[in-house]
Amino acid sequence: MIGRRDILKLTAGSAAAFTVLGLPNAVFAALPGDRRFVVVLLRGALDGLAAVPPLADAQYREKRGALALPAPGEANGCLALDKTFALHPALAPVLPYWQKGELLFIHASGNGYRTRSHFDGQDLMESGLAAKTGLSDGWLNRALADLQHGNRRLGLAVGGAVPLILRGKVEVASWEPPGGLRDASPEFIAALEPLYRQDTLLGPALAEGLKAQHFSESVLGDDMQGGRGFGPKNFPPLAEAAGKLLAAPDGPRIAVLEMGGWDTHVNQGAAQGRLAQNLSGYADGLDAFAKAMGEAWRQTVVVAVTEFGRTVAVNGNDGTDHGTASVLLMMGGAVKGGRIAGDWPGLARLQDDRDLRVATDSRSVMKGILRDHLGADRAALDRKVFPDTQGLRPFEGLVRV
Amino acid sequence: MPVNSAALVAATRLGFAARAGDLETIGRDPRGWALAQLRRGAAPLPSNLPSSASMVVAEFEMRRDKGDLEAKQAFNERVKEVYFAEISARMDAASRSDTPLPERLCHFWSNHFTVSILRPAIRGYAAAFEREAIRPHVTGRFHDMLLAVVRHPAMLFYLDNAFSIGPDSLIGVRRDKGLNENLGRELLELHTLGVDGGYTQADVEALARILTGWSVATLKEPNAGSFRFRPAAHEPGAKVLLGRTYEENGEGEGQAALLALATHPATAHHIAFKLARYFIADVPPKDSVLRIAQVFRDSGGDLGRVTAAVVREEALWRTPFAKLRTPQDMVIAAARVTGFTPPPPMLVNSLRLLDQMPFFAPSPAGWPDTAADWISPEAVLRRADWCQTFASRLPEPPDPVALAAASFGEALPEETAQAIRRAPSQRIAVALLLASPSFQRR
Repeated sequence: MIGRRDILKLTAGSAAAFTVLGLPNAVFAALPGDRRFVVVLLRGALDGLAAVPPLADAQYREKRGALALPAPGEANGCLALDKTFALHPALAPVLPYWQKGELLFIHASGNGYRTRSHFDGQDLMESGLAAKTGLSDGWLNRALADLQHGNRRLGLAVGGAVPLILRGKVEVASWEPPGGLRDASPEFIAALEPLYRQDTLLGPALAEGLKAQHFSESVLGDDMQGGRGFGPKNFPPLAEAAGKLLAAPDGPRIAVLEMGGWDTHVNQGAAQGRLAQNLSGYADGLDAFAKAMGEAWRQTVVVAVTEFGRTVAVNGNDGTDHGTASVLLMMGGAVKGGRIAGDWPGLARLQDDRDLRVATDSRSVMKGILRDHLGADRAALDRKVFPDTQGLRPFEGLVRV
Repeated sequence: MPVNSAALVAATRLGFAARAGDLETIGRDPRGWALAQLRRGAAPLPSNLPSSASMVVAEFEMRRDKGDLEAKQAFNERVKEVYFAEISARMDAASRSDTPLPERLCHFWSNHFTVSILRPAIRGYAAAFEREAIRPHVTGRFHDMLLAVVRHPAMLFYLDNAFSIGPDSLIGVRRDKGLNENLGRELLELHTLGVDGGYTQADVEALARILTGWSVATLKEPNAGSFRFRPAAHEPGAKVLLGRTYEENGEGEGQAALLALATHPATAHHIAFKLARYFIADVPPKDSVLRIAQVFRDSGGDLGRVTAAVVREEALWRTPFAKLRTPQDMVIAAARVTGFTPPPPMLVNSLRLLDQMPFFAPSPAGWPDTAADWISPEAVLRRADWCQTFASRLPEPPDPVALAAASFGEALPEETAQAIRRAPSQRIAVALLLASPSFQRR
C-alpha cells in the first residue's frame, strides 16, 4: 500500500516534491520477478538519424547535408557505438549504459501504419492498431489486464492526464508535479508566436514577456526552472521522480512518461541547437531515472518510441519534415544491450524517395518485451494487445531472462 | 452579418463560448435565443450549498470560542469545503448551462456589487452573496437587487456598515462610537450614481447616517446571522440626501433612499455604461449607452428589459471581438468548449495564479473590465502556461480540428486553423486553439 505520505517521503531530497492524483487508494501488484517496465512516448517525431547517426552509411553525408554530424574525435563529434553507428554528442549521459551493456537501439523502426499526421500517428502508436478504428483504449492497458491479478494498480501515468496508451478498462494511477501552472514549452510558444505577431494587443505583450523570461533565466540559471514546465528541462526531474516511485517495494511497476519538443521543422541544428537541447534533456532524464531506480534498475526495461521519423534531407528551413522510420531505444539492467539490433535498410533506397524505410515493426519489439520480460501470453499479445498480428513475431533476445 | 457569425457572437458575448452544438441551436435567431433566456431568468444553483446565515453563525461561534483551536481548524476546513463547492457549482452553471446569458449576468452583477474575501471575515459566505442577493434578481428590478445587496451580511461586513453607529444614537452616546461611511460612499460612487453622478461629501455622510442600524443579528439576537435593523444604533433626526429630506423613520429611511438612488437618472446612465462596456466594447458607443439608459429609466430599472436593450443594440452584433476574455472568462470558455472542468482545488489555484481568484477582487470596484487592465507581458505568458497546462490535463484530448470547428464555425483565421492542424500533438493543438487570439477575445 502506498499513500500520499509515502510518496512525499520517496521524493524528499529531490529537487521537486510531487503531488499525487488518484494514488492514495492505489495498491500496486508485484510482477513476476518484480520487473519494471517503462514506456517513454516521444511526441512530435524524433529524428532517428540525428539521435543515432549511421556515420558509416555511404549515403549519409551526402543525403543529410548540413545536418550531418561530425565524426568521433572531431570538435563536437559523435560518440562511437559500433562500426556503422554513433551517438549524438548530446546523448553522452547515456553512453555509460551502452558500455555496461544496458543500452540497445533498434534502428529503422516504425509502427504498423504509414501516416505523416502527428495526431493519427500518436493515436496508432498508443492504440497499437494498424488503422484508426475508433477503439479508445491503449495497448499497454490491454496488456495490464492479463498481468495484474484482481483489483490492483500496476500502472502509472507520469506528468498529468492518462495518455491513450494507458487508457482502458484497467485502472491506473497518475501524478504530476505540484503547483497550478507549468511553464509553456518552447515548441508551444514557437507555434503561438506567429499567431500573436499581427495582434497589436497580444503580440507586443508576448514578445516583452519572453524577453523578460529569457533575462530571468540568464540571471537565475536553469536550476530555478527545472520540474515546473513542459520543456526539455522538465524531463529529468519528472523521470527521477518516476524512478523513485517505481523503485519503491510497493510502488507501481509499469509507467508511461511523455516528452515533446521533437517536431523540428525549423532550425533543427546538428551537434548543437534545438534538437541537441531536447536530446540533452532526454538523456539526462534517462540517466536520472536509472539512478533513482537503485537496485531495481537490474529488473528494469525502458523503451522509448516516437510516432514516426523525419525526412533524410534538410528542408527549406534548416529542419526536417515528417518521415517514416526512426530509432527505438531500450535501456535498463534487464536489457541485453551494448548493440544495435534489427536490420539496417540503408539510405540508398528510401521510402517514397525521402524517408528511412521501416525494417522493424515496433510492435514486435513490444511483444518481445511483454513476453520475455513480463511473462505475457503469446496468444493474448497476438489477439488482444495488438489485435490481428499473429504474423508479427515477438522480437527475440531483447532482455536478460 | 452571416447567420453563423451572429450565432457565434451570441454564444461568445452573451454566453461564455460555443460548445459543440451551440451554434446550431442558436441558429438563425440569435436575438430570440437571448431574449427567451431573459424571460426565464437565472436558474438557482444546487440546494446543498449552505445559506450565508448559517455560515455567519459558524463564523460568530468560532470567534466566540476563540481559544478553541480545534474548533477554529474545523471552521477553516468547513470554509474551504464550502468555497470549493460554491466555485464548482458556479463554474458548472456557466460552463454547462443551456441558458448562459443569465449566468453571465450573475457574474456581471456580482462584480458590480463586489464583496471580496480580502476582508477575511466574509470568507465563509462571499459566494453565497452572489447566490442569494444577485442571482434571483438579474432579470428583475434593479431596486430589488440593490436592497438585497445592502441587506446582505457579506456586504454589511465587507463595507463595514454592520459596525456603523449613529453618533447620537443610544449606542453611540453610551459607547462613544461613531459613523462608518464606507458603504455610504461606495453605494453612491460604485453601485448607483457613479463617481460623476453629482453627489457631495455631505451626501455620503447623509447616506451613511440613513443606513446606521442596518446590521447583522448576533448570536444573542433572533435570526442570528441574518439582516437586522438595530434601532439603538440608528442616528436619529432628519437627513438630507441629494437635496431631499428624509424625516426620521428608522429602517424606512434607508429603504426610501435606496429606491430613490435605484431610479436616479445618473444611476441609469452609470449602469447602462457598465453593461455596454461589458457586453459590447471597452469604449462602448455613446448612443448605445444612451438608449440602454433610456430603457432603464422608462422601465424603472427592469433589468430584464435593460438587458434586452443591450441585446438589441446593433453594435453588440457588429463590433469585432475586441474585448479580451478575463482569466475567469477564459477558464470558463475552455471548460465549456472542451467539456472538462478541472477539480475545484486545481481550478481555484490556476485562477489565483492568473490573478483572478473568485471573490478575491482587489477592491470594492471589482475586477477591471478592459483589455488594458488584463494585458501585461507576464499575464500573457501565464495565459499561455495555463492553456498548455489545461490541455495537458484533459482526460481525453478532443479532436482539435473538430473542436475548432464546433466552437468557431468558419470564423477561425486560416493561420490559426493551420497551426492547429500542424501541431506536434493533439494536446498542443488544443492549447493553441485556447491561446489563439480568437479564443482570447470575446
